[in-house]
Amino acid sequence: MKSIAVIDYGIGNLHSVAKALEHVCPDTRVYVTNDAAKIEASDRVLLPGVGAIRDCMAEIKRLGVAQIVADQMGKKPMLGICVGMQALMQRSSENGGVECLGQLPGEVSFFGEQHSVQEAHLKVPHMGWNQVQQQPHALWNGIEDNSRFYFVHSYYVRTQARDMVAATCHYGLDFDVALARENLFAVQFHPEKSHSAGLKLLQNFLQWDGS
Amino acid sequence: MGLAKRIIPCLDVNNGRVVKGVQFLDIRDAGDPVEVAKRYNEQGADEITFLDIGATHENRDTMVHTVEKMASEVFIPLTVGGGIRSCDDIRRMLNAGADKVGINSAAVFDPDLVQQAAGRFGAQCIVVAIDAKSVSAPGEQPRWEIFTHGGRKPTGIDAVEWATKMVAYGAGEILLTSMDQDGVKNGYDLGLTRAISDAVSVPVIASGGVGNLDHLVDGVIEGRADAVLAASIFHFNEYTIPEAKQYMASKGIEMRL
Repeated sequence: MKSIAVIDYGIGNLHSVAKALEHVCPDTRVYVTNDAAKIEASDRVLLPGVGAIRDCMAEIKRLGVAQIVADQMGKKPMLGICVGMQALMQRSSENGGVECLGQLPGEVSFFGEQHSVQEAHLKVPHMGWNQVQQQPHALWNGIEDNSRFYFVHSYYVRTQARDMVAATCHYGLDFDVALARENLFAVQFHPEKSHSAGLKLLQNFLQWDGS
Repeated sequence: MGLAKRIIPCLDVNNGRVVKGVQFLDIRDAGDPVEVAKRYNEQGADEITFLDIGATHENRDTMVHTVEKMASEVFIPLTVGGGIRSCDDIRRMLNAGADKVGINSAAVFDPDLVQQAAGRFGAQCIVVAIDAKSVSAPGEQPRWEIFTHGGRKPTGIDAVEWATKMVAYGAGEILLTSMDQDGVKNGYDLGLTRAISDAVSVPVIASGGVGNLDHLVDGVIEGRADAVLAASIFHFNEYTIPEAKQYMASKGIEMRL
C-alpha cells in the first residue's frame, strides 16, 4: 500500500488535508506524524502550515522537521501548502523577519506594505477564490488553466528563479503561487479547500513520480 | 480578473438540525447540517458557515461531531461560530475540521481573547462576528451599536469603532449582521455594511436581511462587502447558488462560476 506522511509540527488543523487525501486516494495510507522514521518510510511527504511563520519555524526547528525536510529533498515527491510553502523559502518579512528553510530561493513579503495593494484598497488577508495561471507541470494535469483556488494569506512569495515558477496569481500585484523544483512542489493556496480543482491537484500529487 | 466575491450559505444549527427563524423567533426546520452543506458544496458555494444557535454544552458536543463529519466530506472552507468562549473552544473546532472560528459575545466580554486567539492560531482563522443595530434617530448621522446574546443585550459600543478595534486585535475577517434586517428579507443594512467595510482593512461578510438576488448585488456594490451570507433564500429553495452567482456576475461582479 502506498503511503503519504503529513508532517505534524503541532500548528493548525491537519484534519482537512488528511481527509482530502483519503478522499481522492482511498488506497493510500495517510500518516499525520513528526516521526522521522515514519516519514522516511513513506512514499510521499506533505508539509502543511497555517498561522504565523515565526511559530511555524520555531516548531519546525524544535521537532527536527528542518532536518527531515532536508533529508527527504531529492528522494521522494514532496508538497508544501500555504505556510508550508513559505517555510521552504529563504526568508519571510513576517514577525519582524524570520529565516526560513531555504530549500527554495525567494522571499516572503506582506501584501499590506505594497503600494499597489494600498492604492486599490485591497483587503488583507487575500481571502477567497482567485484565478491561478499555470506553467506546464504534471500536477496541473486535468485542471484547466485559470481555475480558481482558495487562498487565505497576508504574505506572498516571489522568486527571482523564474524557471521554478509553476503558477502565478494577481492581487494588486503578480506573485508566485506554485513553485516546482525536481521532486518538490509547493503551493500558496489550499488544495484541500479548493473543491474539485484542489482535489484533482492532490490526486495528481499522489500519482506523481517526482519528475 | 482576480479575487472573486464569495457567496456563503449560513446554517443555523440547533441540536444537530439546521433551523431558520425570523429575528431569532419562529424557528423552522431546514434539514441535516451535513446533508445541507453537501448540497451547497455541489451547487458551488464558496464557503459554508455553521452557527450553533443553541450553544449549550450538549449542543457543543453535537456540533463538534457535525463539523468533523462535514470536514470529511465537503472540501471548501468552513466557518463555525456560536458560543465560542475560549481558546480551548477554538482549538476544539479547528481540530474537528473548521477552517475559521467566529467569536461574537465573548469578544465583547473579553477582547483579549481575540488577541490571544489570533496570536495562537493565526489571524486568518479568527472571524469576529458583530451583531449591530441602528441607534440613530431619523435625520441624525447614522450610528450603530453592537448587541450580544443573539441581539438581545445592548452594549453601548459603537459598531464601527468596535470593528476597527477587533481588527487591531487580530481579527482576520468581520462577519457583520444587522439585527434590524435579520430574517425580514428587505436586504442588508447597506449603510452599516459600507461604514464597516470602509473602516477596516480585512474582508467583511454582509449578513442579515437577504430576500432576493438584488440584495446580494447591493451588498457587494453599495455595501462594499467582500462576501455575502444568506440562509433562508437558499434553504427553502427560493434561489439556488448557481442562480445567485450567475445573477451577480451579470451585474459585473467577479464570481467563481
